[in-house]
Amino acid sequence: MATTPADLKYSKTHEWVRLDGNVVTIGITDHAQAELGDITYLDLPEPGRVLQYDGQFGEVESVKAVSELFSPVSGTVAEINSEIVDHTESVNEDPFGKGWLIKVELANPSELAELMSAEDYVKFAEAGGH
Amino acid sequence: MEELRRTPLDAVHRQTGARMVPFAGWDMPVMYSSILEEARSVRQGCGMFDISHMGRVYVEGPDALDLLQRTTTNDVNALLPGTAQYSLIANPDGGIIDDIIVYRVDAQKFLVVVNASNSDKDISWFRSHATASVEFNVVTQETAMIAVQGPRALEVASKAFRSDAVLNIGRFEFATLELEIAGCNATITACRTGYTGEDGLELIIPASMAPTLWARLHDEGAAPCGLGARDTLRIEAGYPLYGHEIDDNTSPVEALLMWAVSLTKGNFIGREPIAKLKSQKPARKLLGLKSDQRMQPRQGYTLFSNGERIGAITSGTFSPAHNITLAMAYIESSAATPGNIVQIQVRDKFVDAEIIPKKAMLQSAR
Repeated sequence: MATTPADLKYSKTHEWVRLDGNVVTIGITDHAQAELGDITYLDLPEPGRVLQYDGQFGEVESVKAVSELFSPVSGTVAEINSEIVDHTESVNEDPFGKGWLIKVELANPSELAELMSAEDYVKFAEAGGH
Repeated sequence: MEELRRTPLDAVHRQTGARMVPFAGWDMPVMYSSILEEARSVRQGCGMFDISHMGRVYVEGPDALDLLQRTTTNDVNALLPGTAQYSLIANPDGGIIDDIIVYRVDAQKFLVVVNASNSDKDISWFRSHATASVEFNVVTQETAMIAVQGPRALEVASKAFRSDAVLNIGRFEFATLELEIAGCNATITACRTGYTGEDGLELIIPASMAPTLWARLHDEGAAPCGLGARDTLRIEAGYPLYGHEIDDNTSPVEALLMWAVSLTKGNFIGREPIAKLKSQKPARKLLGLKSDQRMQPRQGYTLFSNGERIGAITSGTFSPAHNITLAMAYIESSAATPGNIVQIQVRDKFVDAEIIPKKAMLQSAR
C-alpha cells in the first residue's frame, strides 16, 4: 500500500508539496513512484528558473516509461536535490524524504488552496486519477 | 477485445503481488517488486521467469526433418538427438518471420519453441509447407515453461528437483527427466538454453505441476522475475526481439544473425535473397550502443553522426551494474564502426553513445 503523509498537499499530477514559511519542497508521491517503477533518470530545472502553476518543470524516467513533472505552484526554483541525480533510486525508496526533488519560493501562496489534502488524494489515486 | 490467456502460474503471480500486463494476447507478470532488482538477481545469483506464453509445438514424422530444413535457416541435419539450435524462419524475400529454437528429440521428432506473438502465424506457416507425413502437436496449453537463469541456476534447479541429473546437460543440450514432485510423477524437458546471457535452463513441464515447481525453485533461491527484467537482460546480452530488432522486413544479414543461417545446407525459403544481400553487403547493420548518460534510448529514437541521420534505435535499457544505458540500433554501414561516438536524440536532447559490437554489450552490463 502506498503511503500518503497527512501533513502534505497533493496535486492531480501526483506531486506532493510541503510548506515551510514561503518555500515549498516538492516531490512525487509514493503512488507515483510505484506506478513508474525503478526510476533511472531525473531532469530537474536550474535554481532561479521561474515556474508556472501546473507548468512542466522536468522529467522523470523509469525503465518502463518517461513522465513529465508538473509544478503544483508558481514561483522560483530555490534549490534542487542534486544528491538524487546519480541516486535516482532514492525517489523509489523514500519519495517523501531523501527523494525530494526541488524547493520553490512561492509567488502566489493562495494557489496552495487548489491542492488536495492527503485524504482527497488517496481517493483520487485509488479512482485511477490522471 | 479477446480475453487474455492465462498461464498455469497466473494465480501464483497474483498472490505474490506481480503487476500484470497484456503481452501477445496473454496476461503476464511485468514485474514483482523491481525490474532492476530482478535483473540483478539473474546476473548475480538465480532468477526464474514464467515463459509459458511461448509457443511450443512438436513436429514429427518421416518428412519432419525435410520440412524444418526448408522452412528454417539453420542446418537441422547438424543437430544430434538431445541438442538444440537457435534458428530463424525466413520469408521468400529473406525477411524474418520469427526467431525460434529447434530441439531434436530423435531422427523424426522435433520440438520448436517460438515467440508468443508469432505462435499462430508460425504454426500455420509450417503446416502450409508440410506434406501429409508431418504431424503437429501444439503443447502450449497443456504445459508450462519456466526459465531458471543465472550463475546459480543449475544448482538451484538440481536442489528443487532433488536430482543431479540437470548438471549433466551441456549448453544447447536438453534432457527428458522423470521427477517426483508433491507425490506425482512427471516427465519434464530441461533445456540448457535461455534469453538472459547467463547460464540456465528452460523447463517444459506439465501445467498442473507448475505452481509446485515454482514454489520449490523459489525456496531454493530463484527470485521471481517478470517480463520487464527479461527485456532488460536480453538487451544487455545483445539478443534480438521480434518486433524490435527483427521483423518481416529485416534480413539476418543486416541483423548480423548469419551464424544462425546455413547457406550450404541446401535450399530453404528465403535462401536466395539472403545469399544475394550477403554478397552485396547490406546498407545497414544492427550494432550495440553504450552510453554513460542515464537517459534511456527507446525504440524509434534517431541516431546522428556529425549532424547526419545514420540510424534508429530498436531497443534500449538502463543497465544497473554500472549506471549506464545499453541499446541496439540499425546503423548505416558506412557509419557502423565500433568505437565511433554517435549521438542519440532523446526527446529534446542529444546523448553521446559509443558503437560497440552486440557481443561486447554483456561485458559492459556485468
